[in-house]
Amino acid sequence: MTTLTDLSMAEARDGLRARKYSAKELAEAHVAAVERIKPLNAFITATPERALAAAAEADRRLARGEERAMEGLPLAIKDLFCTEGVLTTAASHILDGFKPPYESTVTANLWRAGALMLGKANLDEFAMGSSNMTSHYGPVESPWRRKGDNRALVPGGSSGGSAAAVAARAALGATGTDTGGSIRQPAAFCGIVGMKPTYGRCSRWGIVAFASSLDQAGPLTRNVRDAAIMLGAMAGHDPKDSTSVDTPVPDYEMALTGDIRGLRIGIPREYRMDGMNPEIERLWEQGKAWLRDAGAEPVDISLPHTKYALPTYYIVAPAEASSNLARYDGVRYGLRVPGRTLDEMYENTRAAGFGKEVRRRVMIGTYVLSAGYYDAYYNKARQIRTLIARDFDRAFKVCDAILTPTAPSAAFALGEKMDDPIAMYLNDVFTVPASLAGLPAISVPAGLSGDGLPLGLHLIGRAFDEAGVLKIAHVLERAADFRARP
Amino acid sequence: MTTHAPHLIRGESGDWEVVIGLEVHAQVTSQAKLFSGAATAFGAEPNTQVSLVDAAMPGMLPVINGHCIEQAIKTGLGLKAQINRRSVFDRKNYFYADLPAGYQISQYLQPIVGKGEIVLDLPDGRGRTIAITRLHLEMDAGKSLHDQHPSQTYIDLNRAGVALMEIVSEPDLRTAEEAGAYVRKLRSILRYLGTCDGNMEEGSLRCDCNVSVRHPGEKLGTRTETKNVNSVRFVMAAIEHEARRQIGVLESGGTIQQETRLFDPATGTTRPMRSKEHAHDYRYFPDPDLLPLELSEAEIERIRASLPELPDDKKKRFIEGYKLSAQDAGVLVAEQAAANFFEAVAAGRDAKLAANWVINELFGRLNAAGKPIDASPVAAERLGALVDLIQDGTISGRIAKDVFETMFETGRDPAAIVEEKGLRQVSDTGALDAAIAEVLAGNADKVAEFKSGKDKLFGFFVGQVMKKTGGKANPGLVNDMLRKKLSS
Amino acid sequence: MALDKAAVRKIARLARIRVAEEELDGLAVELSNILTFVEQLGEVDTAGVEPMTSVVAMTLPRRADAVTDGNTADKVLVNAPEGTGNFFAVPKVVE
Ligand SMILES: [Mg+2]
Ligand SMILES: [Zn+2]
Repeated sequence: MTTLTDLSMAEARDGLRARKYSAKELAEAHVAAVERIKPLNAFITATPERALAAAAEADRRLARGEERAMEGLPLAIKDLFCTEGVLTTAASHILDGFKPPYESTVTANLWRAGALMLGKANLDEFAMGSSNMTSHYGPVESPWRRKGDNRALVPGGSSGGSAAAVAARAALGATGTDTGGSIRQPAAFCGIVGMKPTYGRCSRWGIVAFASSLDQAGPLTRNVRDAAIMLGAMAGHDPKDSTSVDTPVPDYEMALTGDIRGLRIGIPREYRMDGMNPEIERLWEQGKAWLRDAGAEPVDISLPHTKYALPTYYIVAPAEASSNLARYDGVRYGLRVPGRTLDEMYENTRAAGFGKEVRRRVMIGTYVLSAGYYDAYYNKARQIRTLIARDFDRAFKVCDAILTPTAPSAAFALGEKMDDPIAMYLNDVFTVPASLAGLPAISVPAGLSGDGLPLGLHLIGRAFDEAGVLKIAHVLERAADFRARP
Repeated sequence: MTTHAPHLIRGESGDWEVVIGLEVHAQVTSQAKLFSGAATAFGAEPNTQVSLVDAAMPGMLPVINGHCIEQAIKTGLGLKAQINRRSVFDRKNYFYADLPAGYQISQYLQPIVGKGEIVLDLPDGRGRTIAITRLHLEMDAGKSLHDQHPSQTYIDLNRAGVALMEIVSEPDLRTAEEAGAYVRKLRSILRYLGTCDGNMEEGSLRCDCNVSVRHPGEKLGTRTETKNVNSVRFVMAAIEHEARRQIGVLESGGTIQQETRLFDPATGTTRPMRSKEHAHDYRYFPDPDLLPLELSEAEIERIRASLPELPDDKKKRFIEGYKLSAQDAGVLVAEQAAANFFEAVAAGRDAKLAANWVINELFGRLNAAGKPIDASPVAAERLGALVDLIQDGTISGRIAKDVFETMFETGRDPAAIVEEKGLRQVSDTGALDAAIAEVLAGNADKVAEFKSGKDKLFGFFVGQVMKKTGGKANPGLVNDMLRKKLSS
Repeated sequence: MALDKAAVRKIARLARIRVAEEELDGLAVELSNILTFVEQLGEVDTAGVEPMTSVVAMTLPRRADAVTDGNTADKVLVNAPEGTGNFFAVPKVVE
């Protein structure tokens, strides 16, 4: 028998229903795995008692035949989701000791579907980063190593703890949030599936905000079917979020028909960048061939403003963040560093409470919104965001989905690129445009680099066509037959 | 627009003109806050009417109260203003202890209501139109209590998130009196509309006064903004003081700093606000947690159709329909309840007489007793019944005043009071004949004087007859009969 | 645009983040590099382009005017680092 932690979510679900094992056994195996992977630092807070208590309830429901969609399935929760009574940190010193008296809508939806929480996963501080090295609680190590090289690698970020936990078989799945690639890039680095749904598909209520016009929650799982199962439980209209869209959530698992014949797959020429990593380029070509073999039709498309997506993002996101993070002021929760005056208290608290990257982004965001610079930076970026969204609108007139690489490289070593923020920002070059346009996108593990690290392919769909994206991703996954393990 | 003579202030360097613009923060009448479901009621225990949204807990999101949007539209329509079909909520970013999120959700470049106007009723009965620049919706901040502890400020967030309408005037006002009239008129309109209760003591209406001075014809001077003045009297006092202070500074060779000031009611003076000493940079940008607000023509028209008759229209109707003076009509329409009361009294009666009784007797008595019109012990039907008794000659106007006094104290029916106290007017010529004969007989000397040309004594005889009848004699009849007797 | 020390000091002040004097130069270089990176947006002709206000194609949802929240002072105050009675407390502010 395979060990319980090797099961996919769908297998575990079916096994529980067939009484092959109990939810308690499944939870215990994962609680032990969380303990075992401690050296990876994937969790900020483990909640084994909570997981086991929920498993007992799951067993009772299973016994009564009242199981719900995700009954008894153990998950890691990115520590950006507020969880009632459980320390929630956003991986920041400034939220020291913060135990929310409320539960985020997305996690509440998951618990309502019967899932259970193993713990709160590490992340880049306030989700600002692509390496998980900005966490106040220390970096996360990827479970992967390069061939013949034992140096620790980053899991990607910002949902690095989530991705590492799922890849290391310590959780069947994990929640992530994606602002510019924070689900998809770590999924690619860790050889798992990560999906960012359409902006408005999952409620943002109760998720610590980074950049409100971009933030979306989504699943990190070990395969596409699991992503479909988990997204179905996470998604849905929430009247508490004014940007949550009131549109039905389809049965995503049903969409995985394997039939993509006749679908047109856009290949954006602007993503073929100068100096592109040949391994990545080859994988992309391979992906195109796989989809063509499955009966889809690759079409050349143009997304002319692609090169401006990253600079646009690095204005819009810090601007919103500078305002979203103003509430961390030492008054109502979290860290307070005393000062003689109110302003001194603010300045001391925020200097001590925010790490370097957060301080940097808050300052850039403050600057681009300030008097005299607003039009040149922030408003210009909003205009280009309109152009980027229009590029996608035009493209989707001639194609049904878009295929690109997920990241420009495989995972890098811990500590690399830390001295050059812009080099770090380039990690998100392929994921940011879909974020700016609010479109659903998924990363599927599709191959290995020369030194044995996972590489992902990225599919972008029309707004609210998660089902279509999952369907194509499922075909891609089968073709790629990615079996490598850390 | 202004043929109105400016009221100038005389200074050493000549006459000064005061230029005033007002920003009024009016609390929207609503059960719940603008972006959360917490209550807005006044006077609750600290931090009990606070949702997690109002406290800006991590991950909390605003959802707008639809009723507050309708209230803003209604107010805009009442100010004859442009209602913008698309408006945007922005974040105004600044750090302050009673602003939990570090930003206030407000409207900046695209407010819900654009240009409108308010007509002031000046004491001389004329109207003066003041332009409204805009009205926007925003959330209130919490309250800082500075006097509870020697080294700490306490924060109560009950008010945080309460819906406000910020109503901004053009700098069209020229005197403290005009500013007072503006606030009174605005408050009257808001109350008619039911969009703000106008209660200044509870902070439902607060006024920021922008004041500058200049020699007539010169360009605008540097202005100061005196924040959060919370009564009409204080608005006038703050402007008066601030104008004279600025003139003093300028005439002694100084310059005016553009700054935020506070009014101290205890001293009647303004002083600079220390906590706002840093130049602000509010970094407004559209709130990404909210979407642009789109209004349909149909919605605006539906609200327009629900508007009540407003004071200006009502005043016009009172002047034309009831033939009241502009002065009286203005007094009656200032409050909707008073206008309604008057109309109930005037229905089917002499409207001028009714107005006279409502304004001079009832208002006078209510003012003295410190009671609002809706707490009047005299109901409108009863005051109407009193007017009827005067009109049909049952009692004289003088007796009516006594009856009214009893009504005010007991709330009773005037007819019953008249009956009980036997105040019915005496119009029986036989009885009056007897009384007149008695008076003339008892004052033979005066009769002789009268007949020799001392006409003024006529009043004396009337008075004596009235006295003899206990004031109940019909004065017109007494006059006629006396005149006949004395000339015979 | 290259930021100088004074500009960084001003930004830090606006953002209420204490920055030590000796860190200002380094920060000025870092922030200037980022600004240079984003300034390539200047190349794009955006004349007449509507700035994006929301990526979601929907209108602002409204709630009913009903009291559905509050009377939870315990939840509101439970995480406060300092306070007394039902109040939050901060260093004294002089207005
Ligand atoms: Mg103002
Ligand atoms: Zn305001």
